[in-house]
Amino acid sequence: MNAKSANAPLEIRAIGTPLERIEGQAKVAGAAPYAYEHALAEPLYVCPLQATIARGRVASMDVDAAKALPGVIAVITHENAPRLACPEDASKRNRELWILQSPEIGFRGQFIGAVIAETPEVASQGADLARVRYGEEPHDAELRADRPDLYAPEKVNAGFATDTEQGDPESAFRSSTVQVDHTYTTPMEHNNPMETHTTVARWDGGRFTLHDSTQGAHSLRKTLAPLFDLQPGDFHIIAPHVGGGFGSKGVAHAHDALACLAARVVPGRAVKVTLTRPQMFALAGYRTPTIQRFRLGADAQGHLSAIIHDVVEQTSRIKEFAEQTAAPTRIMYAAPNRRTTHRLAALDVPVPSWMRAPGETPGMYAGEVAMDELALTCGIDPIELRIRNEPEVDPESGKPWSGRNLVGCLREGARRFGWEHRDPNPRARRENGWWIGMGVASSTYPRHSMPGSIATIRRGSDGRYAVRIGAVDIGTGTWTALTQIAADALACPVDAVKLEIGDTNHPNATVEGGSSGISSWGPAVVAAARKLREEHGGDPAAGAEATAGMPENPDEDRFAMHSFGAQFAQVRVHADTGEIRVARMLGVFSAGRIINPRLARSQFIGGMTMGLSMALLENSVLDARFGHVVTHDFAEYHIAANADVPDIEAIWLDESDPHSNPMGSRGIGEIGIVGAAAAVANAAWHATGIRVRDLPITADKLLS
Amino acid sequence: MEERITLRVDGVEHSFTVDSRVTLLDALRDMLGNMSPKKGCDHGQCGACTVLLDGCRATTCLALAVAHDGATILTAAGLAADGPHPMQRAFVQHDALQCGYCTPGQVCSAVGMLEEAAEGHPSYVTADLDGDVELTDAEIRERMSGNLCRCGAYVNIVAAIREVAREPAP
Repeated sequence: MNAKSANAPLEIRAIGTPLERIEGQAKVAGAAPYAYEHALAEPLYVCPLQATIARGRVASMDVDAAKALPGVIAVITHENAPRLACPEDASKRNRELWILQSPEIGFRGQFIGAVIAETPEVASQGADLARVRYGEEPHDAELRADRPDLYAPEKVNAGFATDTEQGDPESAFRSSTVQVDHTYTTPMEHNNPMETHTTVARWDGGRFTLHDSTQGAHSLRKTLAPLFDLQPGDFHIIAPHVGGGFGSKGVAHAHDALACLAARVVPGRAVKVTLTRPQMFALAGYRTPTIQRFRLGADAQGHLSAIIHDVVEQTSRIKEFAEQTAAPTRIMYAAPNRRTTHRLAALDVPVPSWMRAPGETPGMYAGEVAMDELALTCGIDPIELRIRNEPEVDPESGKPWSGRNLVGCLREGARRFGWEHRDPNPRARRENGWWIGMGVASSTYPRHSMPGSIATIRRGSDGRYAVRIGAVDIGTGTWTALTQIAADALACPVDAVKLEIGDTNHPNATVEGGSSGISSWGPAVVAAARKLREEHGGDPAAGAEATAGMPENPDEDRFAMHSFGAQFAQVRVHADTGEIRVARMLGVFSAGRIINPRLARSQFIGGMTMGLSMALLENSVLDARFGHVVTHDFAEYHIAANADVPDIEAIWLDESDPHSNPMGSRGIGEIGIVGAAAAVANAAWHATGIRVRDLPITADKLLS
Repeated sequence: MEERITLRVDGVEHSFTVDSRVTLLDALRDMLGNMSPKKGCDHGQCGACTVLLDGCRATTCLALAVAHDGATILTAAGLAADGPHPMQRAFVQHDALQCGYCTPGQVCSAVGMLEEAAEGHPSYVTADLDGDVELTDAEIRERMSGNLCRCGAYVNIVAAIREVAREPAP
């Protein structure tokens, strides 16, 4: 098959129908097994020991009392834990996984040992009995924009350039008639999927079996294998259902390594490592806090001549993670002079990582509030300002868009949300003691597709097609959407497809991250189906089988492929107390073809809900004196509860992106959160006349 | 310290010996193998472990098993024992779930909540404390706020519960 026929559009039948979630009945009954829940004989339970200092070394550990406790099987520390191999990546850059190998401590909360016991209660009691003495060293856990030691990483996340520059942004900005120059800050935020990170590991003479809460079964074993001097094939990873992730389960974290180390100590027995909710705040990644200086220079009519976005963020001293916070600024609006930069402070803090739309989420909060500020300064409607600065092609690469319909989203949203009734002046509407305001922001997310996914399809004797691929479903709808794609690719009803995912015994699948899942696995399933039909005809005999990988897509280099959206929010702010409540939100998205409208709406609304939560509630407070997150449970780290979430609706433009893949889709897992916080912030300004440039937007900030 | 207790779980009686530190949640999951109630926080802050305990919704992570000798427990698995409960059917239809981890707790909480409302228990947003409870969306949201959902399915959860609340009783 050549590239053109491999990427030819699918004939659409099941795709686009609102099939109910295939595993829905199992989930509502609690019968769908998550990592901890698979029936295993006589499992052991692991309670980790954690460092209570932010930097230094373990001077000594007394674990005798723990070892003597009835029911304790073993206590492992850096002194006796199995040795991990020391590949360059692990020892020099990724010390997050290189645990219990040395007395060094890189952040407060780091694993320094573990108790393995017959029951969770005994493991916990054993951990309480351990006594640790430290050689404490001065630590540094404070992010500031004026630190002298900020550095430019080689690259930022997803392989983007650290800095970009076109024209002469500084002088263009200085000579602009209208200037916006503000600093926006976003706090440390934690993913907090409802299923805490869990690994259940068993070591059977040379081979690991892991039940894991992971966003990528195959990618996880590729990361773990070299640590244990094994091949990826020596790990069997099973993950049929995963209780959310939002990025935190996208890469291996220390508990994965801890479970494997513990399993090595007790061959033949399964060991269960499940992080507690408080442990999630030190050991499962988080969104870096950001300090973003955003400058916009324009003429009096709002035409941009300069965009400058300078970002300062943090990483940990033991592993670098550089969020691509300014990446969306590179594609959003036209301006001949532009610059984006990222600078990092390496601190004695837990390791930051992916959190839903890393980069776009904080970056578009800053950029879209700055656009609102520019609209005000120019006296132009915020929607009109955005339309005036639409780029005809990707501003940095010069490539044509595979489809850019931001303007369509803004206009459709404005019509449905009643934007024309909005008084352009702030503090214009008050009802029953509440100031009412409306705000808008753009949204965007790149279309990602990762090479390497492979699918196998086999016709069974019952006439059904077994479709196998090692993909996972973290709540995103993979079980259902891939079934629909397979049905159309095989020209059969969805009932004739038996999808098998969530297991490394199936062919390789790339990680569910960057909204790339369906865009990577779907083309592999389509390619396998086309091969099966090519080789065996439209009604293959039982036993006929074909395997194919995601084909190369030449359009990837020819087009700039991004999704876009418009976020609208209405808020009310109490005139006396400053209490802010979101009254309603609407998102309108242009994201290529929607595979399943029932599930897609949930994804969009779910992202918007997390954006609302970010705007008003989420704030991980790191106490720089001790280097730990103080707000480390749901009583203190607030996420949106049911009563915080009002009428939220999400719709999309009816379209297909023929350049993206045979389905015409672009991925929808992340775009829903992008811009949502800016829309709420802009609505809060419109309600009160007070501009909050520091998330979350809390009552105290609206009483200033 | 260990005690022998008896629990009736989803219609089946279990007598077993339990460490006095074991929570009802861990007893259900680790000892009886009923994984329907989930552990999301172990602090009573998320509601994922909600079951119907002697007819009322309760967070089992905050209950010690020894303190509930003789209790009758209905989990989401039990609600589905004779085919999906109308609440479970509505959750699937309205796609009131994504990852599904909070869902069994949401379902149990919703079933228990409808019972509380029917009995006239007021909530924070109930205007008339003595009258019948009208299950407006605001009432449903308020009464369901002990069950967190990080996927953000609240809009659909409210839609599912609204539909069941308005169905005439069988």
